[in-house]
Amino acid sequence: MKARQKRLAFVALAVVGVSAAAGLALSALNSNISYFFSPSQVLAKEAPADHVFRLGGLVTEGSLKRDGDGLTVLFDVTDNAETVRVSYTGILPDLFGEGQGVVTKGRLGTDGVFYAEEVLAKHDEEYMPPEVASTLQTAHAEGVAESAAGVSN
Amino acid sequence: MTLNWFKFASPASFYPLAGRLIPLFWSLTVALVLVGLYWGFFQTTDHLGGSNPQKEYYRIIFVHVPAAWMSMWLYLVMVVWAAIGLVFNTRLSFMMAKAIAPTGAIFTFLALWTGAFWGRPSWGTYWDWDPRLTSELVLFFLYIGYMALHAAIDDIRRADRAAALLALVGLVMVPVIYWSINCPDPNQCAALHQRSNLTRIDGNILFSMLTMTLGLWMYSFATSLTRLRGLILERESEAQWVRELIEHGEKQR
Repeated sequence: MKARQKRLAFVALAVVGVSAAAGLALSALNSNISYFFSPSQVLAKEAPADHVFRLGGLVTEGSLKRDGDGLTVLFDVTDNAETVRVSYTGILPDLFGEGQGVVTKGRLGTDGVFYAEEVLAKHDEEYMPPEVASTLQTAHAEGVAESAAGVSN
Repeated sequence: MTLNWFKFASPASFYPLAGRLIPLFWSLTVALVLVGLYWGFFQTTDHLGGSNPQKEYYRIIFVHVPAAWMSMWLYLVMVVWAAIGLVFNTRLSFMMAKAIAPTGAIFTFLALWTGAFWGRPSWGTYWDWDPRLTSELVLFFLYIGYMALHAAIDDIRRADRAAALLALVGLVMVPVIYWSINCPDPNQCAALHQRSNLTRIDGNILFSMLTMTLGLWMYSFATSLTRLRGLILERESEAQWVRELIEHGEKQR
């Protein structure tokens, strides 16, 4: 083998090795090193009991309530299979709303309520003017329900 | 006219060619960025509807997404030149790789920075350790690492090869960034960052985004070639043609 062919083989080997590493990293992402836990996972006690973790899902329609102090909010997070009640004191992000995706970080209390220190809103990849979006709304609602049900699997 | 491409593998003949191309790429950059930004700021809707009710600030997308695309694309191009340099030991390929790195790093930074300003109003945080954000940050460190490693080794040939190897190993991040959002099964990748799907974007928004991407691409050509000309002069400073160039000026060549 000439020196140039050796170097070519070396580079090819490196690319193969790097692709294998990328594949492993992706499969790790796929097996879900858990950026967040779904309500079903929390109720199945898969989430750490006395650690901070993230809980993700959809805010149940009509579940948002404000406490007497005007700062604490209570809402339900659901994956359309199970539901966990969340309590949060602070300012909610702009895109937070009922029926929208949300990722909260905090601890699970002994009373079964998730006490969040941080609430983040998720939004989707659709970039449409309001009039176009409203016609797509029904289709979207079905899609969200499907994907939320999928998270619990 | 038969064009001999290998002729331009020599720094001496690529130097004037790059000099002629740079003004062309700059004018394309200015034209495309102006059209892209004008259309994006004035010809698109003020509010988004549906499940993504962002207000005016969604317009950060016209800088954020093109910059993020270019950060990944330039890394791929850089690795290709580095690999060609490693295999064929060609001087110009190593210089190409080195000339691309700073532009790639700038776009990675721009993507992270604009993303932070976007994340604050829409998600409620500047930064979160979500798979997409984290892997893009690692890409930024790879660009910085490539430049730092190259600068840390005095011997240029050794520096070229060491930095090229680092770039090659760092290639692992590009598919990770891409699939951290767009993995085959959406339910498996739980992330804060939204997925990307060009078919679900309004035509006007998409037009500005793609025009800006082309504009930033042309900008990458212009700046990389300018940097490349500097590198050629620096590394070939002992060569006869560079001396003649300095004595007689560029016009006579």
